[in-house]
Amino acid sequence: MRFIEEYRDAEAAQRFAEAIRKTVTREWTIMEICGGQTHAIMKFGIDELLPPQITLLHGPGCPVCVTPVELIDKAVELASRPEVIFCSFGDMLRVPGTKGDLLSARAAGGDVRIVYSPLDALQLAIKNPDRQVVFFAVGFETTAPANAMAVYQAKQKGVKNFSILVSHVLVPPAIEAILSSPRNRVQGFLAAGHVCTVMGYTEYEPIAKKYHVPIVVTGFEPVDILQGIYLCVKQLEEGRAEVENQYARSVRREGNRPAQELIREVFEIVPRKWRGIGEIPQSGLGLREPYWEFDAERRFPLRTGSVAEASECISGLILQGVKKPYECPAFGTRCTPEHPLGATMVSSEGACAAYFKYRREAMPRRG
Amino acid sequence: MCLAIPGQILSIEGDDPLSRTGKVSFGGIVKDVNLAYVPEAKVGDYVIVHVGFAISIVDEKEAQEVFEYLRQMEELGELQEQPA
Repeated sequence: MRFIEEYRDAEAAQRFAEAIRKTVTREWTIMEICGGQTHAIMKFGIDELLPPQITLLHGPGCPVCVTPVELIDKAVELASRPEVIFCSFGDMLRVPGTKGDLLSARAAGGDVRIVYSPLDALQLAIKNPDRQVVFFAVGFETTAPANAMAVYQAKQKGVKNFSILVSHVLVPPAIEAILSSPRNRVQGFLAAGHVCTVMGYTEYEPIAKKYHVPIVVTGFEPVDILQGIYLCVKQLEEGRAEVENQYARSVRREGNRPAQELIREVFEIVPRKWRGIGEIPQSGLGLREPYWEFDAERRFPLRTGSVAEASECISGLILQGVKKPYECPAFGTRCTPEHPLGATMVSSEGACAAYFKYRREAMPRRG
Repeated sequence: MCLAIPGQILSIEGDDPLSRTGKVSFGGIVKDVNLAYVPEAKVGDYVIVHVGFAISIVDEKEAQEVFEYLRQMEELGELQEQPA
């Protein structure tokens, strides 16, 4: 396919890898924020092309992984109500809450459906006026325009039986949380190309300056990721800390203005709890007051309250780049994609699942 | 979750800016895509699509820049091995 295949060209990838090898003179630690990039790095063996001085850490950019347990429990509770058709993207169905997951809710009789777009959920509501349709609105800034549009159109059309369970998160506050942690090891970032397609990258410029870290907006194919790493290493070696845009075929500095306008119309910035990390101030999106009628948490009296995360899962440390998946004692034994203890093993974009699928043979043995 | 893929607009329907929809081909698989966020998009353009919405128009000139960058690095001799 055009604009995909050419960026998987092995020769171009090798040439960027060679440029990285020639540029690097000391050890550097770089974090890719986005789970989609983590998955590509493992799938295409990009980490194996890098010189030993470069350590890649995998960031918290996987909405499936960071959705808090109580939101999963609320989703399961809603899906179990007889009047509700609960709609979600497919990758949320196997994320474990404290009372099972959405698949178990479906097995117990709940009407749980996978949709491709939030507009599909809105159409279901229009077609089923006697049922309540709830859409699980998770995701980073990339997904926010679609979810905002579904709510906006519901209000325009006067659809009374549609609501969303919101768990939207934002990337820049997560980067700041990582950089301001005393345990931080990250010296440079690859920013998520599709988040920046929507939001642009002006928000990242003060972060690069304040913490003196290079941030390179990067695409998702092997050649993109290797060029992103090369640009990041070049900045580190030269002592620069700027925001660069590797993914200019999709990302403009100001981002997608019409999408941002609708996000601001429907959502406002709120504090948000991240699974495994805890609450990060101003790190999420919630519905603005004129759209509260579409907030599932306000519409339905839910029993689920705050839930403690009791598990031996160390996904919080993995999502912050403090530990690698194979440093978890449960990895690959008590925790596998078939029986996940935590979300980083459920989602294909989670670091643990990517390591399990592509790197099991190469793991350092734990004696 | 943030997976978005490029596809080519084959046709466009609808006058309402919020529900303007395109038939978009992803290597032969055609899907309906909401074009509200790419008001300038026209038939023949490639768009990046995420959960049923086009979020950007692919800039074809910028798409070539990655390979242009490699070519310039080679011209500058940045990719030749250093003599030992």
